Amino acid sequence: MPEVATAIRELTLAEAIREALAEELRRDSRVFILGEDIAEAGHPFKVLTGLVSEFGPERILDTPISEAGFTAVAVGAAMTGLRPIVDIMFGDFLTLTMDQMVNQAAKIHYMSGGKWKVPMVMRTTLGATRRSAAQHSQSLHAWFCHIPGLKVVMPSTPYDAKGLLKTAIRDENPVVFFEDKMMYRLKGPVPAEEYTIPLGVADIKRAGDDITIVATSSMVQVALGAASLLEDAGISAEIIDPRTLWPLDEKTILDSVKKTSRAMVVDEGYERFGVTAEIASVIAQGAFFDLEAPVKRMGAMHVPIPFSPPLEDVTVPTEKSLFEAARALCGEK
Amino acid sequence: MTSAVHPSTSDAATSTELLLRMYRRMLMIRLFEEQVNDLYTRALMPGLAHLYIGEEAVAVGICEALRPDDYITSTHRGHGHCLAKGASPDKMFAELLGKEAGYCKGKGGSMHIADPDTGNLGANAIVGGSTGIATGAAFSAKRLGTGQVVVCFFGEGALGQGLLYEVMNLAALWKLPVIYVCENNLYNEYTHYSETTAGDILARGPAFGVPSESVDGQDVRAVHGTATRLVNRARNGEGPALLLVNTYRYMGHHVGDVSREYYRSKQEEQQWKTDRDPIKLLADHLTAQNLADRAALDRIHAEVKADIDKAVQFALAAPYPNVDKVGQDVYA
Repeated sequence: MPEVATAIRELTLAEAIREALAEELRRDSRVFILGEDIAEAGHPFKVLTGLVSEFGPERILDTPISEAGFTAVAVGAAMTGLRPIVDIMFGDFLTLTMDQMVNQAAKIHYMSGGKWKVPMVMRTTLGATRRSAAQHSQSLHAWFCHIPGLKVVMPSTPYDAKGLLKTAIRDENPVVFFEDKMMYRLKGPVPAEEYTIPLGVADIKRAGDDITIVATSSMVQVALGAASLLEDAGISAEIIDPRTLWPLDEKTILDSVKKTSRAMVVDEGYERFGVTAEIASVIAQGAFFDLEAPVKRMGAMHVPIPFSPPLEDVTVPTEKSLFEAARALCGEK
Repeated sequence: MTSAVHPSTSDAATSTELLLRMYRRMLMIRLFEEQVNDLYTRALMPGLAHLYIGEEAVAVGICEALRPDDYITSTHRGHGHCLAKGASPDKMFAELLGKEAGYCKGKGGSMHIADPDTGNLGANAIVGGSTGIATGAAFSAKRLGTGQVVVCFFGEGALGQGLLYEVMNLAALWKLPVIYVCENNLYNEYTHYSETTAGDILARGPAFGVPSESVDGQDVRAVHGTATRLVNRARNGEGPALLLVNTYRYMGHHVGDVSREYYRSKQEEQQWKTDRDPIKLLADHLTAQNLADRAALDRIHAEVKADIDKAVQFALAAPYPNVDKVGQDVYA
């Protein structure tokens, strides 16, 4: 057979997610999506545009504005033979679903001695700098990492988003899937062929020797930008994207830190008591004697996200702030 | 000699066989709960339990109207629902004692009994917490065309929870086969429901277009008759219903709530026990209508008691789970 050179197909993050959903909806008749304004409206971020015309309003199900209610319905539906995908428009609205996720979905398998399962996915968003103020800008993924029984997925590229989402939908557990709302238009290569990405496997987004930057979701692109600036300054940064926060691929992180001997952790959630603290602790415990400097953490400032652009912009890590912190950590090498 | 069906109860739904089955089941719940109280009092049971004594006719009358594959969701006061849906007392006691042989391998305890084999989606320790799960199960039943019906048991305390109204709205919109059963035992824990509940409970259903009615929860025949009608209605695709069942909790909020006079009088409790006991009322009916004599009822009592005693002994003798099981079943 002659070799056919296939052009590398590029999709946006939104397109990759839509394609993953469509493929899984086609593959498994038990899968359905429910949420606010997801059918004809295709979701305010237009991630779901067109799905209703292929799958119909029974499987792309518009709900009332009742996040707790339709999340609860998803939990019960998941227990009894369906595979719901819940759409929570803004991650800030997760607060309304917490009892269903924390006390019900996360615990039902364990409390029942393994008899009931809750195979559901909750898709939602994170990320600031959209000028949406304090109740539409938070990154609350750390809350879910804190709860045994939940899995937490944080894709940073169209390729990862598609492969991870397909795996999440096939998982037998409740999975919370965070998408950076500012990255929906980010383009990247996505093969047309079927593929999935396992949960719990980190990806080295950029190889380097001098410093490890563990970055999640929205912060991966920021870290890659910072790495270019660092390169110009003669510092070679390795970017590790855990891709899923639980399960967490500690080995890939530790292997990198042991190689570079310096580590930063950057995540858009609140820095206090957050994801960066957990990963820094993993590094401190697993690679202490390899470290030449304390692990540096960078996350969102401990304030409600302000509306005014100059105020909002200083609340989250940027390429520049990351670059400066990394350079300082390397002793301005 | 076979006993003929009494002319006034010739309806199949109230056949003698059914009445005796319901009598036996109510008695089983009563004796089970008395045994739980005894285990607690003798410090043989870890933690607490919320007893269903006095409310037996509700769970039994309703669950007898269900198919084995129909679903229920239950509450922190859930032993009665589980037993009425077919749970066996030995595995129930074992769970209450935290033993490996329990329904949930000892990981759930009194407030989390769950059993797929009997359609029990689980008791729930968050008040109102299972209303969504019940509605979701009804969503599956409709979507998958299984013909199953879901009964969502909750106490009148859950009327204060917003989730109930969110899912009732969804169930009505989507015409789901779920029956919301509000067991009004008069007390939200230690507070009379009139202090916490505005308006008319039954008016809550019609606000969503959900047909609503009430029934005397001490009269198992009435409960069963009403439940049968509502279950058939749901099974026929006519959508959800709200059933308010008026009943009474004989014991405290939980086994440790023994001094209750600050929120209700002993006289009130005694009145319910003397005049409105569901087991006594059914026994009176059975004997008055010559459907069973005292000796037959005593025999049932002795049989149930022997079963319960055996079940307790089983649970007491059963081993605890090995500690290496603590991390199992977190993820499927």
